[in-house]
Amino acid sequence: MREIALHLLDLAENSVSAGAHAITISVYEDLDADKLMIRIVDDGRGMDEETIRKVSDPFFTSRTTRKVGLGIPLLKEAAEACNGRMEILSKPGAGTQIEVSFQHSHIDRMPLGNLSTVFLELTVAHPDIHWIFHYTARKHGCQETFVFNDEPVKEVLAEVPLTHPDVLAYLRETLEQGLGAAQKTLNR
Amino acid sequence: MPTVKSLEDLKKIREEALKKREIKSAFGSIQIIVGMGTPGIAAGARETLKEILRIIEEKHLTNITVRQTGNIGLDSWEPIMQVLKGEEALVTYGKVTPFAVERIMEEHVLGGQVVRDYVVPA
Repeated sequence: MREIALHLLDLAENSVSAGAHAITISVYEDLDADKLMIRIVDDGRGMDEETIRKVSDPFFTSRTTRKVGLGIPLLKEAAEACNGRMEILSKPGAGTQIEVSFQHSHIDRMPLGNLSTVFLELTVAHPDIHWIFHYTARKHGCQETFVFNDEPVKEVLAEVPLTHPDVLAYLRETLEQGLGAAQKTLNR
Repeated sequence: MPTVKSLEDLKKIREEALKKREIKSAFGSIQIIVGMGTPGIAAGARETLKEILRIIEEKHLTNITVRQTGNIGLDSWEPIMQVLKGEEALVTYGKVTPFAVERIMEEHVLGGQVVRDYVVPA
């Protein structure tokens, strides 16, 4: 997977599998600190120390349908190859937080990729989960943040499904425009 | 420059949808499920789902729900897309590229004909 956005989709799927009800995804692009950081926080069942140690091992997976899980170890390796790191904080019953950083300017850093599509797909195709997305861009001391919280949207919609075509258009435009506006900071 | 959307716009969408009675049929007459485990994502499932959502928006389809699911153990067939229409049997499609999505949406979801070329053999 050669896109950070795809890894976020993969991490989010892990959180869903862990029984999370609320998932927050944050992305920070800080050119002043030359750092790209992603963080995913869930309220799922969490992991004990042994499991945390094992999830970054390519020959471990909590899945039972297939023996080898490569999502997390590959991401960890990619971060470390770019002067970054992966940190997993978790406790049984207390959810999981995964934070991954990269040197923003590192030549081997994979591109961020299409974040708005990933956010749209997660919101629409996991309607029972409460999603919050943060994106922050910083350059030359200027900082711009975009936040999307699906709760007010779902309150307004009530029984109208998120897959209604007009709702899809609304969500797609909200995410594309919000992210696009914040990302302009990087092109100053 | 397009105007930024507000929750007021969303209220209008809701009122319109309720007025046209699009909601009654909205629950479950057609369900589409896309496999989004690590192998699915690696094989391009994001583009598959993106195309499904694009077609729903473009053709204004109001009776479809879309879900993601984790790995279903058909790795070599990813990306996987499943279609469940009313009482009909669940159909599992494999190697579903955006091009395949267009055919499946057109011929099966809208037209009622299973697209044999992409069906995963049982």
